[in-house]
Amino acid sequence: MKPNAAQRKAMYSDIVRSREFDDRVLELYFADKMPVFDLAKGVIPGEIHSSHGQEPCAAGTMPHLTLEDTITSNHRPHHHAICRGLDLNKLAAELMGKKTGYCAGKGGHMHIYSVEHKFSCSGIIAEGMGPAAGVALANKMREQDGIAVSYMGEAAANQGAFHEVMNMAGVYTLPYICIIEDNNWGVSVSKKASTAIERNSERAASYGVYGEYVEDNDCDLIFEAMSRCVDRARSGQGASILEIQTYRLKGHMHGDQMAYVPEEEVAAMKDCVVEYRNKLISEGVLTEKEAEEIVSQQKSEVDVAIQFGLDSPYPDPEDAFQNTYAGVSK
Amino acid sequence: MSSERTLTVARAGREAVMWEMENDTSVFMLGEDVFAFGGVFGTADGLGEMFGPDRILDTPISETGFIGLATGAAMAGMRPIVELAFVDFIGVCYNAIVNLAAKHYYLSNGQVKVPMVLMLGSGGGYSNGAQHSQSLLASLAHMPGSVVVTPSNAYDAKGLMHSAIRSDDFVIYSGQKKVAGVGMLGTPIKTSMSVVPDEPYTIPFGVANIVQEGTDLTMVGVSWTVHQCIEAAERLQSEHNISVEIIDPRTVVPLDRDAIFDSVKKTGKLLVADEDYQSFGFTGEVIASVVERDPSVLSCAPVRVANPDLNIPYSRPMELRVLPTADRIVEESKKMLGL
Repeated sequence: MKPNAAQRKAMYSDIVRSREFDDRVLELYFADKMPVFDLAKGVIPGEIHSSHGQEPCAAGTMPHLTLEDTITSNHRPHHHAICRGLDLNKLAAELMGKKTGYCAGKGGHMHIYSVEHKFSCSGIIAEGMGPAAGVALANKMREQDGIAVSYMGEAAANQGAFHEVMNMAGVYTLPYICIIEDNNWGVSVSKKASTAIERNSERAASYGVYGEYVEDNDCDLIFEAMSRCVDRARSGQGASILEIQTYRLKGHMHGDQMAYVPEEEVAAMKDCVVEYRNKLISEGVLTEKEAEEIVSQQKSEVDVAIQFGLDSPYPDPEDAFQNTYAGVSK
Repeated sequence: MSSERTLTVARAGREAVMWEMENDTSVFMLGEDVFAFGGVFGTADGLGEMFGPDRILDTPISETGFIGLATGAAMAGMRPIVELAFVDFIGVCYNAIVNLAAKHYYLSNGQVKVPMVLMLGSGGGYSNGAQHSQSLLASLAHMPGSVVVTPSNAYDAKGLMHSAIRSDDFVIYSGQKKVAGVGMLGTPIKTSMSVVPDEPYTIPFGVANIVQEGTDLTMVGVSWTVHQCIEAAERLQSEHNISVEIIDPRTVVPLDRDAIFDSVKKTGKLLVADEDYQSFGFTGEVIASVVERDPSVLSCAPVRVANPDLNIPYSRPMELRVLPTADRIVEESKKMLGL
């Protein structure tokens, strides 16, 4: 299924929203960590893995998912959370460790949970796959609607969990989709240096599942490919691996200078926000004016969210003692 | 009226699983060799035939995968019971246990529950070598976010299994293999068998069982070592007229520190027996929980009888040397008591 004009505008709006959010986070992140960089300092402490460049992987796939479907994200979750429709205010607040955040400050950037969006994260590579496939198993057992999707990078395909879970997804014919965002780098190790094959989607053959590869980080192609994977999952044909060629524009984490990435590769990296905007304008789907309106609208919503986070109180230190157990108090 | 039945630990635990599966369609079992084989240590004996392959789900030998799947199924509202035949295998799935199952509830600030039971077979004493004989209790109990239950007898096994399945928390159900009373491990330990009511009942987490009351010495044991303490106490009583109080915490997380403290306050002496490696383990934790509250209740230094931080040797005489047997407990008790 090809996206219509409204769907394409919505995807553009989503990638802009995610980018504006990440831009503001980046700005805040470094603003109070200088002159001596210290991960522990600032209003947004800790590691931040921004989604700069990878937004289409979420924007092109999420339109096919309903609130019956379940998503597990990874250590780089902003674009997934935003394209899933999570509240920007609560997201910003969680990154700042504030009481008003999605997890009241317990999770942070790598651990965003929203039950209403059936959205969770795991910061350990490939370990979001098991829970997603488990939800798919539960839905299948109960004959309930709802498929499950996990997002991860290409380096995660070298984890044991990838093999174990994909095999089970094949054995049990699960309504599950594993999305691989191939940005060519696992921290500082290139795919070529870490992975014996060119295309991780070809691994689908090992598990008796469907595999598809999408070139060049294009929202429209991703949308189409995802529609095929989702149709299969919803119609009982089982699991898929959807591999998307994407670009990691800001390194593994903020502060990563990407000195290990060859200059020509950096020069060849495309910015999806610019690319998709130009594509939509050249095809007459979007006018310059509409594009600007989308940017200013998203920018202002992000500004509100960041301000909400900044204005929110920190949790009481004693809140750390809550919610280790659901039923055990001792 | 049904007649009184004496069951083994494995039978009693399985009875609770069966009842819960009959009465709650969200309960299902998955893991290694559960469907046709009934679990390597009898935990699912006959359940495959009763509930079929969809609810007694055999998995590939993919521990990090199927514990991850179970976590997801639990997050989606099911109540999976996972069978991992040997605790020794947690090396290949520790991440799924520690970083997924045990963390989702806390990290989500209570939004996401993981009502899942992980059954593990633990312990040695039957010459199965260093990778199939460990206890690893501390490695399970050390991490926050999981309840750890360790039944020593059939009555507790059933009640704790009902509690575990009904709990909204992630519960690790650590079953000592020799305590289970399955055929291939010889005659069941007599004191592990008990009269078990037909009807379902629960046992609260964090409430110790006082196995026997006494006045001279408190022994704290867990699972298999409870029975070593019972045997040691009998000998101390008959040979030296020593009155031993034995505490079985039944769950090590949460741990009934009050019951242990109250007992030591009465006896003044504490011996803790555990099959796990001694250092950084259960024995030290029990002693610390008494000492940090009030060291003056102890009339002499507390004693630990555990694995002396050695990998478990295969050969019979060497394995017996490292196990916390009744012989070692008697010997250490006599030293404590100046006998």
